[in-house]
Amino acid sequence: MADTHTTTHAGLAHHFDDMEQQREAGTLGMWAFLVTEVMFFGGLFLAYILYRSRAPVEFAVASNSLNVTMGFINTLVLICSSLTMALAVYFSQTGKRNRIVLFLLLTMGLGLTFLVIKGFEYHEKYVEHHVPVRFATYEFKWEGHASASGHEAASIPVDNGKVEMFFWLYFAMTGVHALHMIIGLGILATLVLMARRGRFTPDYHSPVELSGLYWHFVDIVWIFLFPLLYLVGAHLH
Amino acid sequence: MEIAEKVIPPRTHYLNATYGVKSWLLTTDHKRIALLYLASVTFFFFLGGLFAVGIRLELLTPKGDFVQAETYNRMFTMHGVVMIFFFLIPAIPAVLGNFLVPLMIGAKDLAFPRINLLSWYIYTLGAAFTVFAIILGGVDTGWTFYTPYSSTYSNGNVVLTGVGAFITGFSSILTGLNFIVTIHTMRAPGLTWFRLPLFIWSHYATSLIMILGTPVIAVTLLLLALERIVHIGIFDPALGGDPVLFQHLFWFYSHPAVYIMVLPAMGVISELVANMTRKNIFGYKFVAFASLAIAVFGFLVWGHHLFVSTQSVYAGMVFSILSYAVAVPSAVKVFNWTATLYKGSISYNTPMLYAFGFIGFFIIGGMTGLFLAALGVDVHVHDTYFVVAHFHYIMVGGTIMGYLGGMHYWWPKITGRMYPEAWARFAALVVFVGFNLTFFPQFLLGYMGMPRRYYAYPEEFQVLNVMSSAGASILGIGYLIPMIYFIWSMRYGPHASANPWGAFGLEWKTSSPPPTLNFEKTPVVTWEAYEFTPREEMVVVSVRDVLDETLRPRPVGSE
Amino acid sequence: MQVPVPFSPDQASSYSGQVDALYGFLCVLTFVVGVVLSLVIIYFAIKYRRREETEVGKPIEGSMKLELAWSIIPFCLSMGIFVWGASLYYKMYRAPGEALEVYVVAKQWMWKFQHLDGQREINELHVPVGRKIKLMLTTEDVIHSFFVPAFRVKLDVVPGKYSTMWFEPTKAGRFHLFCAEYCGTSHSGMIGWIDVMEAAEYQSWLSGGAAEGSLASSGEKLFQQLACNTCHRSDAQGRGPVLEGVFGKEVQFQDGQRLIADESYIRESIITPRAKVVAGFQPIMPTFQGQVSEEQLLQLVAYLKSIGAKSPGAASTNAQPAKPAPPQQ
Repeated sequence: MADTHTTTHAGLAHHFDDMEQQREAGTLGMWAFLVTEVMFFGGLFLAYILYRSRAPVEFAVASNSLNVTMGFINTLVLICSSLTMALAVYFSQTGKRNRIVLFLLLTMGLGLTFLVIKGFEYHEKYVEHHVPVRFATYEFKWEGHASASGHEAASIPVDNGKVEMFFWLYFAMTGVHALHMIIGLGILATLVLMARRGRFTPDYHSPVELSGLYWHFVDIVWIFLFPLLYLVGAHLH
Repeated sequence: MEIAEKVIPPRTHYLNATYGVKSWLLTTDHKRIALLYLASVTFFFFLGGLFAVGIRLELLTPKGDFVQAETYNRMFTMHGVVMIFFFLIPAIPAVLGNFLVPLMIGAKDLAFPRINLLSWYIYTLGAAFTVFAIILGGVDTGWTFYTPYSSTYSNGNVVLTGVGAFITGFSSILTGLNFIVTIHTMRAPGLTWFRLPLFIWSHYATSLIMILGTPVIAVTLLLLALERIVHIGIFDPALGGDPVLFQHLFWFYSHPAVYIMVLPAMGVISELVANMTRKNIFGYKFVAFASLAIAVFGFLVWGHHLFVSTQSVYAGMVFSILSYAVAVPSAVKVFNWTATLYKGSISYNTPMLYAFGFIGFFIIGGMTGLFLAALGVDVHVHDTYFVVAHFHYIMVGGTIMGYLGGMHYWWPKITGRMYPEAWARFAALVVFVGFNLTFFPQFLLGYMGMPRRYYAYPEEFQVLNVMSSAGASILGIGYLIPMIYFIWSMRYGPHASANPWGAFGLEWKTSSPPPTLNFEKTPVVTWEAYEFTPREEMVVVSVRDVLDETLRPRPVGSE
Repeated sequence: MQVPVPFSPDQASSYSGQVDALYGFLCVLTFVVGVVLSLVIIYFAIKYRRREETEVGKPIEGSMKLELAWSIIPFCLSMGIFVWGASLYYKMYRAPGEALEVYVVAKQWMWKFQHLDGQREINELHVPVGRKIKLMLTTEDVIHSFFVPAFRVKLDVVPGKYSTMWFEPTKAGRFHLFCAEYCGTSHSGMIGWIDVMEAAEYQSWLSGGAAEGSLASSGEKLFQQLACNTCHRSDAQGRGPVLEGVFGKEVQFQDGQRLIADESYIRESIITPRAKVVAGFQPIMPTFQGQVSEEQLLQLVAYLKSIGAKSPGAASTNAQPAKPAPPQQ
């Protein structure tokens, strides 16, 4: 574990022997954390698999009522944000301060765009009475017929309870995902502040790399969510 | 084995390096964080114990005459919730693990000291929610929160308690993460994996379970909260859900959780047996791999809690066979510890007494696990006091004995003081007697048919219940005595040297208490684990030699 | 196999002795292992006690032979125990060919029994000795568990589905019934008795009779009251399938799936009719969730069983049940 500097690097924490060890520890820590996130989302995916296998028709019909256009745009937005994040990491490795800040801000912008579009989608669902809650003033309603694209579903018998199951899974999974995005935005904001102060150099840029890992993970979760939630039974049209 | 000469304690060490409340509440020193946890878990141990007192008092008589049914139901629930989430799961890893992992591997601290502190704050926040729930009246669903009772029918503080457990889970995850990264990346030069103390192996295995299992209980509690608040219907058959799904999700974590509770204790026992016999653990590699095997297999057996839950017969068989598989590595460990005693130099001090106690209780607890894994028998004893006795033998007879043994063993390292040995041995004896009296009758009660969570029971069960309650009062005394002398020793106990036990391990190569950065100089390791005698003198034993030697009297002053 | 073990309930079912045998074996095994290990530990602890302060133990690495031995032997032993336990379990869960059926509905905090003859009991179940008794259980609210220690049987009751258990009492007497899954305030009060009677006594208890007539006839009345017969006509002119002869036969659904019509299918069709729609029919049956209690559902089930495939004539206590349904767990 030879040190590349004879003096201690400013970013070296007191309990590590050298930057190499610090970097190794940070990277392993982030990967281990992402594994826990897989387990966390895993519980929701398990519930999804279980209920979809019990109600394939209802899931298809309910999925058809989601706004695929918005979902698709969001997917593109997130993929682009992963690109800008990767570029931010690249520039942090080469020490270009302004570029780091630029790409971090672009990533944040794209992340924010994702959340805004999600907000519109949620609003749409709210208006259509597809939010699966029951309060005095609001109740879930499913008519079991025309979906967004006008397909007549009356000939397929549909159990409203199972349709509702799809929707709560939709809100739970995209909701938890959105929460992770918001946390990601917070992390990116912190990075922007650090980058502006010139904290990142070719020798020390782990925070950017590790945050990049987190951001890519959140992106990948969406790549799974999109087809599972939006594209079920699209062939039924 | 008191220290004959007067010991001069180090001038500056981690306890007196800085003063003031802030220096403790904002510390990043793993040793201080361990003490923060010590204070918290001790509080919760006694809180959980208080609920246990209530339970055993009620069960003295067949009728429900001490408290109301509703109150009793809340008492046993809070006993379980507090003991499991706030004492048993954190105790050894967060107190002894936090303190010792860096010391044992020759590091200055854990990999992420600030995350370590954060994990204590998260624990405290979760604990605050739970205490708040208790003040508001607690919850009455049992610590298992089975739906639909918990999601639709209970009028206790389900969500609040669930939130408390949810938050505290993150503390567990962060601790596990810290340990894994530390053990991988911060071992001292020369400290290869198979030179590590078995305490480290156990904690590594435990950490794997913590990071993989805890997120699942988090999402389960989240779903329970959603069900309860907005009635999404995931567990409600009227809305198309499945109540048994909850049981699967819950036990997917909660079974591995019991290994989170017992593996660290096994790690402590390995340390105690090795150091109190002054030789390497027999079959070191097997014990190390057994820890990993337990962690892996532990994830595959959750369905043995669902044998009578209307789960399919074939699923039951799969889980039963896997449950027997997970018993084997635990048995291997017990055999290896026993074999370590052969030709050891065995000391009878308090830590060793606790180790003996652990082994004895674990044999019974483990063997009774075989009863429960046997499908035909489990149908009869599921949800009876047989199960209660089984898990208390492991968690109290196992984990708590390991915890107390470890606390006594490392007390001089942690505080720089020795506790009074005579009182400590006496307390160990009281605990041993009290524990058996409390829990052994419960096996019999269970087979006779007394269900769990009953606050009134048929007359014929009274005698055994009275025995159990009597034992509990003795056990309680056994736990109070160490509290008293530990506190006493912090002021009046004799100072301890760097290595009062003549033990082996990096933690004994630094002063008692250690300096803040643990070592004056980073050690370079050139020896094997527990190498009391140089490697060249190691022998391989054959069974014939053992029998030969064992049956021949040992000459005086040999070896 | 009647192996009496100490501290156990009465052996009152054909199955109890078998469970006790396995339990007894495990007790002996535990005792032997415990005693042997304890003796070894104590012996070593005394023989190898530390004699002077600086003494160390003899360094012994290990022994592959021993490790293999004490891994393989316990593993084989465990597998043996597994097979023993699993075979008991399988026997216990496999529905018996012919049995006296009783329907059980649990609710906070009581057990309600409905005999096919129409007798209703609460918290106390009368059954004849020496006959196989099959219980079909469900619950109105939360999960409970039907536990009779003397019979060594236990089964959870889960809302929204039927679970089935059977036992054969082998001696007359009064045996505890407990609820064994925590279910709320009066969980410990949800207890009762199983009264096992000699054949003659049982007959005279039976002839005490029930006010409303047999379960199936109550079901028939309900069938008409709820106007089921307007769509499910016997002449195949109705909007719903003919129900005579359905129970116990294979049904085909719109999506191509098939299954044998059993109690759970009947219940599901009444509560969530759109879950499975019979091929060739419209999904227009309304749900009766909330309009029928679990007990009424069981009456309807009993009625449909009585007019199902293979059963001639009206139902009675000794009615031949339709082809046994696959185990409902």
